[in-house]
Amino acid sequence: MRRIGDAPAVRRVLIGAAVVLSALFLLLPLVAIFAQAFSQGVGVFWGNVSNTYTLHAIALTLGVALFTIPICLVFGVALAWLVTRFSFPGRRLLQTLIDIPFAVSPVVAGLIYLLLYGRNGWVGTWLDSYDIQLMFAWPGILMVTVFVTCPFVARELIPLMQAQGSREEEAAVTLGARGWTLFRRVTLPNIRWALLYGVILTNARAVGEFGAVSVVSGAIRGKTNTLPLHLEQLYQDYNTVGAFASASLLALIALLTLAAKASLEWRASRREAFI
Amino acid sequence: MSLAALSTRRIAAGQKRVLPGFGLSMGISVLFISLVLLLPMTGLFGQLAELSLAEYWAIVTEGRVVASYMVTIGAAAVAAMVNAIFGLLLAWVLVRYEFPGKRLLDALMDLPFALPTAVAGITLATLYASSGWMGSILEPLGFQVAYTWVGIALAMAFTSIPFVVRTVQPVLEDMPNEVDEAAMSLGARDGVAFRRVIIPHLWPAIVTGTGLAFVRSLGEFGAIIFIAGNTPYETEITALMIFVKLQEYDYAGASAIASVVLFVSLTLLLAINIWQGRFIRRLHGGKG
Repeated sequence: MRRIGDAPAVRRVLIGAAVVLSALFLLLPLVAIFAQAFSQGVGVFWGNVSNTYTLHAIALTLGVALFTIPICLVFGVALAWLVTRFSFPGRRLLQTLIDIPFAVSPVVAGLIYLLLYGRNGWVGTWLDSYDIQLMFAWPGILMVTVFVTCPFVARELIPLMQAQGSREEEAAVTLGARGWTLFRRVTLPNIRWALLYGVILTNARAVGEFGAVSVVSGAIRGKTNTLPLHLEQLYQDYNTVGAFASASLLALIALLTLAAKASLEWRASRREAFI
Repeated sequence: MSLAALSTRRIAAGQKRVLPGFGLSMGISVLFISLVLLLPMTGLFGQLAELSLAEYWAIVTEGRVVASYMVTIGAAAVAAMVNAIFGLLLAWVLVRYEFPGKRLLDALMDLPFALPTAVAGITLATLYASSGWMGSILEPLGFQVAYTWVGIALAMAFTSIPFVVRTVQPVLEDMPNEVDEAAMSLGARDGVAFRRVIIPHLWPAIVTGTGLAFVRSLGEFGAIIFIAGNTPYETEITALMIFVKLQEYDYAGASAIASVVLFVSLTLLLAINIWQGRFIRRLHGGKG
């Protein structure tokens, strides 16, 4: 049976258009990042990556991601368990609230944290009297990063756990499994790949967050400069090659994220084919 | 009704919860949402309370700020429209055809989400500047992209490509073969069948994806500021206006503009969620 759009000419034109547009729009920028980073040779690239400020920015960025992931993981699993395994009033509301970080502009996200925890905010004033400063320091960067990345794990888990239903877990409970054992032995094996992908997405967004972090960081070189802020400074200082050296490191993380997603999807489709 | 659905329904109706962890997961979720998502909003309202209504109105309707709304909304609308068409094309090609490199193309679709926005920003600015690979081709032809309104729309379109593709793709995959067959056996031509049969089926997904792309574009910052040029009244986006006020330590001004942005994006998010809920209910025949 012939399907819509199966005529060879239509096929060729549509595939051609999709490939050409994607190459121009998506692939070309990706190639340009690495071309710029290495445009003055590997030596210059290495010099740019290994200078003190860049290394500090890398360490800060990875450190923030390292703290963000477990926080988002605990929250994501708890929320997914709550909304897919129980029915209670306000369930839909919780699912809508979790989307807030996706809709809020990163700059606005940074601003609301600055207003509350900064010198003029009511929490900030109180903390200041104990000599604790959260804004323009790494805790502030961590806080806005958690805000921006918290939906990812929950968003990956909820559709999957909804589709799987709770029969296996109920069976385990009747067989006497309790709390933590139930989760570790029954639920976790079913959701581990979605969980892993959620973590990968959280990481990708955490290392790359710019708008929110630039509001609360103060971007002090060698202190509160994350990698995206560092590359912005280099770019504004007309050190394009240096900026793209840092950008290429972030692009590499993005590419690893895409590869991880593709391989997880391939694994899932292969498992489906067996069933 | 499936067995799984039956059992969840029974649990929902039953008095006692079979599975453990209700209290713990509710506690963690509510505490987290309150502390991370809701509490910070109070800072914004606190700041806004210090402004009189007249002062607030003066800030949010100032000429330069209004110009930034126009630039942001206009460019986001163009970007969303471009993405609706481009996204539909890509979803169609990825679902309906087999060709070498298809898996690679599919993986490439997620690049804008995976790539940090600041990286996208400096890359697009470099590519489309007059000395860049694209700029050096386009500018002699009379198309100036970098540091114009077009550049803003381009950056917005780049960061929001995956929304339409990834919402339309699963709906197209789940579309039964009979839909095509019925249309074709009745003798409809491809173009007519596509417009009359496929588009109505995909419409809810296209609207949802385009809506999400639009909301994302309204708030985008990192990808845009490098290519925008940031000329007052011409190429300043609203997110930048908030940033500029902050750098002048004008917290009240920043908050007032932010409240407008926040209100618009939360309203749109709610509208999309309600629309999506209705569409899912319709798909599942009134249940769900």
